[in-house]
Amino acid sequence: MQYLPNIIFVVLLIVGIGFFVKNVSRLKRNIFLGKEASVTDNKPQRWKNMVKIALGQSKMVVRPIAGVLHIIVYVGFVIINIEVLEIILDGIFGTHRMFAVLGPVYDFLIGSFEVLALLVIIAVVVFWIRRNVIKLKRFFKPEMEGWPKKDGNLILYIELVLMVLFLTMNGADYQLQQMGAEHYAAAGSFPISSFIAPMFEGMSISTLVLIERTAWWVHIAGILFFLNYLYYSKHLHILLAFPNTYYGKLTPKGQFRNLQSVTDEVKMMMDPDADPYAEPAEDAAVPDKFGASDVQDLSWVQLLNAYTCTECGRCTSECPANQTGKKLSPRKIMMDTRDRLEEVGKNIDANNGEFKDDGKQLLNDFITPEELWACTSCNACVEACPISIDPLSIIMDMRQYLVMEQSAAPTDLNNMMGNIENNGAPWPFNQMDRLNWSKES
Amino acid sequence: MASELKVPTMAEFFASGTVPEVLFWVGCAGSFDDRAKKITKAFVKILNKANVSFAVLGTEESCTGDPAKRAGNEFLFQMQAVTNIEVLNAYEIKKIVTACPHCFNTIKNEYPGLGGNYEVVHHTQFLKDLLNDGRISMEGGNFKGKRITFHDPCYLGRANGVYEAPRDLIRKLDAELIEMKSCKQRGLCCGAGGAQMFKEPEKGDKDVNIERTEQALETKPEIIAAGCPFCNTMMTDGVKNKEKEGDVQVMDIAEMIATAEDL
Repeated sequence: MQYLPNIIFVVLLIVGIGFFVKNVSRLKRNIFLGKEASVTDNKPQRWKNMVKIALGQSKMVVRPIAGVLHIIVYVGFVIINIEVLEIILDGIFGTHRMFAVLGPVYDFLIGSFEVLALLVIIAVVVFWIRRNVIKLKRFFKPEMEGWPKKDGNLILYIELVLMVLFLTMNGADYQLQQMGAEHYAAAGSFPISSFIAPMFEGMSISTLVLIERTAWWVHIAGILFFLNYLYYSKHLHILLAFPNTYYGKLTPKGQFRNLQSVTDEVKMMMDPDADPYAEPAEDAAVPDKFGASDVQDLSWVQLLNAYTCTECGRCTSECPANQTGKKLSPRKIMMDTRDRLEEVGKNIDANNGEFKDDGKQLLNDFITPEELWACTSCNACVEACPISIDPLSIIMDMRQYLVMEQSAAPTDLNNMMGNIENNGAPWPFNQMDRLNWSKES
Repeated sequence: MASELKVPTMAEFFASGTVPEVLFWVGCAGSFDDRAKKITKAFVKILNKANVSFAVLGTEESCTGDPAKRAGNEFLFQMQAVTNIEVLNAYEIKKIVTACPHCFNTIKNEYPGLGGNYEVVHHTQFLKDLLNDGRISMEGGNFKGKRITFHDPCYLGRANGVYEAPRDLIRKLDAELIEMKSCKQRGLCCGAGGAQMFKEPEKGDKDVNIERTEQALETKPEIIAAGCPFCNTMMTDGVKNKEKEGDVQVMDIAEMIATAEDL
């Protein structure tokens, strides 16, 4: 029976990680429902971007308050995870503070984890205040109602609870060490939790062990829960920010992709030798749909973008259309894409791996033409995103579908395009008058 | 006032068997829009003064296709692009300067994939080079000490990372350059991009150009400097809407230089 805790721990670990692996494979399957993207070029630059933007958080600090607080939580998350390694090994082997053999290094590590844990608690509290007391505008846009708002707060609560458990565990441990309890050899330094320890004074060793063990178990169980919560939350960015910045756009922001399918058509039209009446070859592939009306029409990088979005709303708060009260919100474009992709994924799961038409699509059922037409293509959203998400590319792909597949452009734009077609300018002026300005005084 | 403009065409250069230093891509706004034509002329005056050997395509120029592409009509864009590229390649054009950031962006970034490879510069970059090479001199003239704020065109700034050339020119005019609260990477759009210029805005609380004009007016400028014919129109409309046209001028940087040099 003495190995029961070890067995329970291993089972918990296997279930927790197993479920996570399952979620990751579902995530991967959904992302690769997207079309191919040419992102294999310029690997050195891509690594550099990932190191600078994701690892180095370079774009977070554009907004200094949120940026610095975020870096604290991020560094805390990454570094305190070293402690999780020890917790896992202790759990499996039934040891206590296995890394204590590191001596002064261990003291330093535990000490810094504690300081970080406290800083994380402070940051999380400030984040909560920003969302719930100060009520920053960007957290209160229509797309944030309901689950997204709850999700944002839940994440903060989980992080807070995990940090409090971590410090409680250390505090009780410290107290036990002071009392010379069995199994609790003096190890680690406790610059923060030593302030909690006085609360435990007068308690019996068995009570303290119970507190320490409970905090230890709930802490690791909480971490495994959080790991699996990610997939159902906006919080996937802690993992996906890395691939997303790696696969981010490398060309100038103003450069929009030229559609190859259109290039092929245009080349044929311009080719004097092409037979305009030629029948397509019998085995000719069905021509590509122009633009995007559903998630499968987008590239897998755009779908990765959607899962990476953590709904911070920096894009929306910089968007000129949104600032002036239009319906367009770049964040909503990303959230809608993700929600529709999830729906399509569930549809595939329910139909033995095959997507059954559900009479819905991203266009109209999620994103309306009114939103799409409000975009000025100014790239403010792309610039604002701290992890290289490109909402503009989705907007443009959907406009292409509206115009080239549905001829559903606003009348004014049809007039503009008619003018370009007929006289080479967006206004109804004759091309032959193009140089008249040089003769006017 | 200065003498008549010298505006040679590519066809004339070709006929005489010579090549100009640079092609000036005028653009649709620069050719047809009354306000933008003034910018075109101001830029040509500077080119004439500096004895730059340049040419325009004139009636052989056609829309780059930018508004069609941003409106979602990739077909029309590519038809325009390949037609223009055929003309440009036939004349063996190497370098292009334009006063329109939309033409600049499209030719620079989107034409290479379709067979059009040129060195493309915005007119503020070109003017800066002329200045550095000593081909034009700039005295502040009547701009000395004036409060000037610069509105970054999205397709010059964020889209292509050109922030300093226009600012350097303003500083050269001995003017006091004051930045708006959102500028450079975070500059707010004027509201014309993405083919918005050619349509009514969607329903909202406010027009984008009014919002941007308010930001500009907060700096208490005497001049709002622009580097794009569409921004120019939007900001001019914004200033009129605020009934400030008596106090605040909206000017392209080329116009400012031409005025300072009394061209």
